[in-house]
Amino acid sequence: MERLNQIIAAHAGREGPLLPLLHNVQAEYGHVSEEAIRTIALALNLSRAEVQGVVSFYHDFHEEADARPVLKLCRAEACQARGVDALAAALPDQERVRIETVYCLGLCSVGPNAMVGNKVHARLDAARLGALVETLA
Amino acid sequence: MTIVRISDDALALACGADEVAAAFVAAGCTVERVSSRGMHWLEPMAEIGGQGFGPLVPADVAAVLGRTSTKAVGRIEEHPFIARQQRFTFARAGKTRPLSLEDYAAHGGWQGLARAREVGPGATIAQVTESGLRGRGGAGFPAGIKWTTVAKAQADRKYIVCNADEGDSATFADRMVMEGDPYLLVEGMAIAAHAVGAQKGYVYIRSEYPHAIAKMQAAVRASAHLVAPFELEVRVGAGAYVCGEETSLLNSLEGKRGEVRAKPPLPALEGLFGKPTVVNNVLTLAAVPWIMANGAAAYASVGFGRSKGTMPIQIAGNVKHGGLFEVGFGITLGELVNEIGGGTASGRPVRAVQVGGPLGAYHAPSDFHLPFDYEAFAAADGLIGHAGITVFDDTADMSRQARFAMEFCAAESCGKCTPCRIGSTRGVELIDRIRARSGRAPDKVEALPQMHNARKVERSLADEIVLLEDLCETMKFGSLCALGGFTPYPVLSALRNFPEDFGAASAREAAE
Repeated sequence: MERLNQIIAAHAGREGPLLPLLHNVQAEYGHVSEEAIRTIALALNLSRAEVQGVVSFYHDFHEEADARPVLKLCRAEACQARGVDALAAALPDQERVRIETVYCLGLCSVGPNAMVGNKVHARLDAARLGALVETLA
Repeated sequence: MTIVRISDDALALACGADEVAAAFVAAGCTVERVSSRGMHWLEPMAEIGGQGFGPLVPADVAAVLGRTSTKAVGRIEEHPFIARQQRFTFARAGKTRPLSLEDYAAHGGWQGLARAREVGPGATIAQVTESGLRGRGGAGFPAGIKWTTVAKAQADRKYIVCNADEGDSATFADRMVMEGDPYLLVEGMAIAAHAVGAQKGYVYIRSEYPHAIAKMQAAVRASAHLVAPFELEVRVGAGAYVCGEETSLLNSLEGKRGEVRAKPPLPALEGLFGKPTVVNNVLTLAAVPWIMANGAAAYASVGFGRSKGTMPIQIAGNVKHGGLFEVGFGITLGELVNEIGGGTASGRPVRAVQVGGPLGAYHAPSDFHLPFDYEAFAAADGLIGHAGITVFDDTADMSRQARFAMEFCAAESCGKCTPCRIGSTRGVELIDRIRARSGRAPDKVEALPQMHNARKVERSLADEIVLLEDLCETMKFGSLCALGGFTPYPVLSALRNFPEDFGAASAREAAE
């Protein structure tokens, strides 16, 4: 709780502080809990519904904690043209890594692409993608 | 000591540039991390004394240094991919270290801002207007007119907002500006602020671009003293495609749900926090320093029809020579795909080319004569958007692509207007039925006697296609913004240009 209050204090006085604040909370806790929404709403003089609405609107914010590592796989048109659908279909079932779909990592001439944390991976084939998932699991 | 230049942009890193750079360092070379040339099929690429080598893996380093590498591509400046370009916005690409203020100044940086300060706000706007620069985000609205509106608005506070929420598939030019030449964007925003009298600027970057965010944050800090009293701040999006729409971006900056606002009021008059705001795309703002430094006439002398100047075109998807190709408007689609792009990477025939991102039309090779120009593409029921080109080979299933367009719209709709929110979901279901060639019998509710207007007989495939066209019409003219309004472009173009993928032949037979 103390950490949450520190994060809120750090954004005091900014114009439109909610998104940067939620990014910090998401990064710190891995999710934005109901408790956090309540506290943030109180601090910013917003209703809980307003904060809740923002959290649920954006794909980057999650209300439930999920400690699994995440692999973001681009499934947009340029990667489709380079065969990402077949790669995704061939991915073995596994529960230890969360495979998230993103629409575009901006590396559209060298797809299929994926991102883990801030590290990007291009020119994936079934073997390389499989190995990447394996290192996370 | 051999100096080796290797890009440090996200694409080069994703292809393994760090490992190659480390191998050169281990071999005793000095490695300079510069911006990307935009020759993506050659990444990771090393440049030594103007000669290029790529795509490299660490094991290639010895051969490169021993001049026996089979991956030599000759002098970069003379390579046809580079020699055919007219690089205004990307003039420094591959030549400077992105965060070096020294390199930026040595390669013509800050001259546009100096010129703007010298001639004053009025003359600066006049230059931008005369250059014919149009918004590069897709809408193509004249930048000078937008700036004039903001300049004339009376307010205690004004904003410059840079739309760096580059969510379209096949586009990466914004990312390359921010990662390769971030001071260019800072300079463009400072010129805009000077011209319209804004105190504060925001760069709204999508969260999928962590490298661009880091570079822009560093650049904003390092150049703060050069653009003062104008203040810049980087803000990070949160994974919503629709926030690339300007009013939804403004809501997002204000800390709200990224829902689209109705216009009017125009953001130029009531934008961020209700204040007059210039909202421009990265490429629009990045074109301005060149225009100020070289003059509006020089910029306007390049181009085609009402599309003046150059466009950084992004060639992507299943293409042999993908990358960034900046050239004056007017080059044909066929030249871009076949001559410059070299056809498909898979070696199979080109079947379709999507121009303008996920909301752009799918063109068949019969459209390859079209010149790259806002009006020419509009006349052909397409759009150039942010100038991304996705090439598909003959294995593409166009009804599947049409379905994806609807699915994408459903996933990314902000939910504010009905045609987009509900139409996209109904569109997915409809295209699923068309793909299954199933037709549809009236359901229980439709069959009820009190449902006077409901259809009582089964819909054939031909009926379903008419229904899809009807739905697209509703979305196109009834949606608040381009997400719902332009989703019909990929859907209808796929249907019209590739009817065989929708069973249209069998539908026609059935109708006869």
